[in-house]
Amino acid sequence: MAEKKEVMVKIYIMNKEHEVPMGLTIMEAMEYAGYRFIRGAGCRAGFCGACATVYRKKGDYKLFTALACQTSVEDGMYLSQIPFVPANRSIYDINKLDVEANPVLQLYPEVARCVSCNTCTKACPQDIEVMDFVQAALKGNFEEAAQTSFDCIQCGLCAVRCPSEIPQYHVGQLCRRLYGKYLEKASKNLDKRLEEIKKGNFDKEMDKMIKLGLNDLKKMYKEREMEELAGE
Amino acid sequence: MKISYYPGCTLKKNALNLETSALAVGKELGIEMVELPRWNCCGTVFTLASDDLMRQAAPIRNLIRVQELGENQVVTLCSMCYNTLKRANLLVKNDNEKLATLNEFMDQEEDYRGDVKVIHLLEILKNDVGFDKIREKVKKPLNGLKVAPYYGCLLTRPKEIGLDDMEEPTILHDLVESLGAEVIDDPLKTECCGAYQTVSNKEVVADRTYNILTSAQSRGAEAIVLSCPLCDFNLDHRQKDVEEKYHDFEKIPVFYFTQLMAIAFGMDENVCGLDLNYVNPLPLLRKKKLIHKKRKRSER
Repeated sequence: MAEKKEVMVKIYIMNKEHEVPMGLTIMEAMEYAGYRFIRGAGCRAGFCGACATVYRKKGDYKLFTALACQTSVEDGMYLSQIPFVPANRSIYDINKLDVEANPVLQLYPEVARCVSCNTCTKACPQDIEVMDFVQAALKGNFEEAAQTSFDCIQCGLCAVRCPSEIPQYHVGQLCRRLYGKYLEKASKNLDKRLEEIKKGNFDKEMDKMIKLGLNDLKKMYKEREMEELAGE
Repeated sequence: MKISYYPGCTLKKNALNLETSALAVGKELGIEMVELPRWNCCGTVFTLASDDLMRQAAPIRNLIRVQELGENQVVTLCSMCYNTLKRANLLVKNDNEKLATLNEFMDQEEDYRGDVKVIHLLEILKNDVGFDKIREKVKKPLNGLKVAPYYGCLLTRPKEIGLDDMEEPTILHDLVESLGAEVIDDPLKTECCGAYQTVSNKEVVADRTYNILTSAQSRGAEAIVLSCPLCDFNLDHRQKDVEEKYHDFEKIPVFYFTQLMAIAFGMDENVCGLDLNYVNPLPLLRKKKLIHKKRKRSER
């Protein structure tokens, strides 16, 4: 029986040619080619936003964006990593903002420069309607901005591509904070539960868990009581 | 009549009273204005640079939002949005090359075909409803209220997109007259209010506002009626700065046309959002017996 041969693809890392096995993620392919990540790699699961990548495909004029840990290499990819985006981030005390006076425009006045070109949306590896949440922030609709930007992982690719120099990912974060702090209805059950914790209702159980060994903890986790998820 | 409605950013915050009163008055007249499910900034100020196509993406994208609903017209309330959307529309209608470039740039949207019509609520009131029908709807005529209509620039200029005569517009005159008010014609009715100079040079705006308002007052006006949120900011809210600069100045209430309509139609005052008017209009309305309820208003 013939040995199963690995199919190789040709990729270009910062314009240097490498042959790597097909099926690897961009991040794995770069490591295969000999790169070692000190920055620009975090959770390796599409949640931390550290591995922003810009690439082009052979024969295509477009620049694409992706997360290196979530995207498979393709033959003829030209790759470049953006481990950090130096976009402006305003410093503020969330407790001192006046939500009625549109703090977004005060902290990020460049939001008003948005020309609705939608380039941010096209750049987003999370498929967020970035332009829509920037526009919602401009209108002062922080609930819409918070909901629409919810999946943002702060990779910063939107800001890199924006012709109006808006740091969309920081704007979204501010909107979610404003929504959480000032607009979202407080949960009564949360207050009740906090009260119970303060009273020490769960102390005994907690002490018991702390003393458990790893295997017992795992078993307990697997057998825990769970609410049925919707749709199940 | 049901029509797609483009609000614009200002109507969602500073000019909320224009939106609430317009939607309510529209409903009363059988005009259902349905807000577009998705919209972005109109582009604010039509760019005069002929090669600045990027600035046309915002208005044209909004027109695509109308087109993708299968609609062929959209109504606006804000004069700035009306002006910007309509001029961008005209630009691409007359220039296939620019339209093609914009469509190519917005390649994730369906192509704009250039056949959406941008209209202002005032046009619907004049052409579709008619001032006679509006007169019939009046329950509380604005008898004895001397109102000077103010048009500013964006509704009537440039000529290609204006909804009325550039120099001698009458649409607000006719509307207010049909509500029973006494119309005061003022020669500065199409004078610029100072527009965005209000951001960096509010003294210029205070001067213009002083000229415009005192001219109307010298002809007996007790109130101003207008349609543009930016004019409203300059003529109403800037009266604070006018007062500081000109000690002979006496404040004068400024209304959106839809607020006066709601009052004349005898509708619930809450739809007018009079709390957002800077100069308190309640004493004047009480004096003219146009409101009866005693209501408090936080003085600013």
